[in-house]
Amino acid sequence: MSASYLFTQASYLAASVLFILGLRSLTKPDSARRGMQQAALGMALAIVGTLTKHEIVDYRYIVAGLALGSAIGYPLGMFVPMTAMPQRIAISHMFGALAATLVGIAEFYTLGNGAQVPHATMAALGFEVLFGSLTITGSFMAFGKLQEFLPGVPVTFKGQNAVNGLVFLGTVGLFAWLVFQPFTPWAFYLMVGLGLVVGVSLVLPIGGADMPVVISLLNSYAGLASAATGFAIGNEVLIIAGALDGASGFILSMVMSKAMNRSFGNILFGAFGKPPEKSAK
Amino acid sequence: MHGTSLIELYVFVLAGFVGFQVITKVPALLHTPLMSATNAISAISLVGSLVAAGSDQNRVATWLGFVAVTAATINVVGGFLITDRMLKMFRHAEKPKAKEVKA
Repeated sequence: MSASYLFTQASYLAASVLFILGLRSLTKPDSARRGMQQAALGMALAIVGTLTKHEIVDYRYIVAGLALGSAIGYPLGMFVPMTAMPQRIAISHMFGALAATLVGIAEFYTLGNGAQVPHATMAALGFEVLFGSLTITGSFMAFGKLQEFLPGVPVTFKGQNAVNGLVFLGTVGLFAWLVFQPFTPWAFYLMVGLGLVVGVSLVLPIGGADMPVVISLLNSYAGLASAATGFAIGNEVLIIAGALDGASGFILSMVMSKAMNRSFGNILFGAFGKPPEKSAK
Repeated sequence: MHGTSLIELYVFVLAGFVGFQVITKVPALLHTPLMSATNAISAISLVGSLVAAGSDQNRVATWLGFVAVTAATINVVGGFLITDRMLKMFRHAEKPKAKEVKA
């Protein structure tokens, strides 16, 4: 155990505690702002702790990515009007899921395109890219519906159930196959592609008014993708933050659907298997 | 696979439990900030992205890592800033109300 390893682990532990305290501060409006500033400090600590890892030898792409991300993130944080908040959150789920998915693909590719991936790690990587890829397109669809460049009404077509069912079964089948046979690159990349299709088909039949519930559920998926990343690369702070996020998104979508006096299942699957004209609001 | 993965499963389950306990206590008033706060926290995937972008394994991993770092940084910066902006509004809205109650 080198000093740099201990420093990294200590920064991760501090970050995890600060995240939990930050979320707890949100139970009271007075303490919320300070608590979230502490959570931001935790994030900064986790970043510094990661940058001192001995695996990291080349800082050029990191600095470029941090600079570019900050340049895009600053206006997204400061100038987006509060009324555009739901779509703002939806699009940022897309960025988060994109990061998790790309890390998963990079990991798979680096480990000999699956040749050196143990079965359990493959299960984690599979969850990571699956939740990640369906969140990417799902969030983009939600963003599109709220921003109104995609139709806000539920989109249904004939044979939709069959198509969705086939895509879903295919994805699960590929995932199971990969866990037994990690060295099948085509199956991995096809699974990522099908995951993107699942994201579209999940959100397409849901109306614009129900989008907040969907966004919250996608938040949960993005969190689970982060947690799976943590399992795949053996990183506890990812697991903790991902689990917090997953729990939060799930609870919020339940609470919101209850507030709308509808069941969770009704919102998600209400438009499935119904004739298209029924869903016109 | 590394031998610590069972411990990681414990960590995941317990953290999920903590999250459940904490978040069920958040009042409905603060649900929107909570959403954007958890969104900012989920940008912790930046940690994985940094390792992919900086460990110089191969060109594919480096470039994917670069894009991932960019995407995650957007969420870190944008997510915490917008949460702070929202909570600032809440505090201003809260103060006059508190005075009214006292008077």
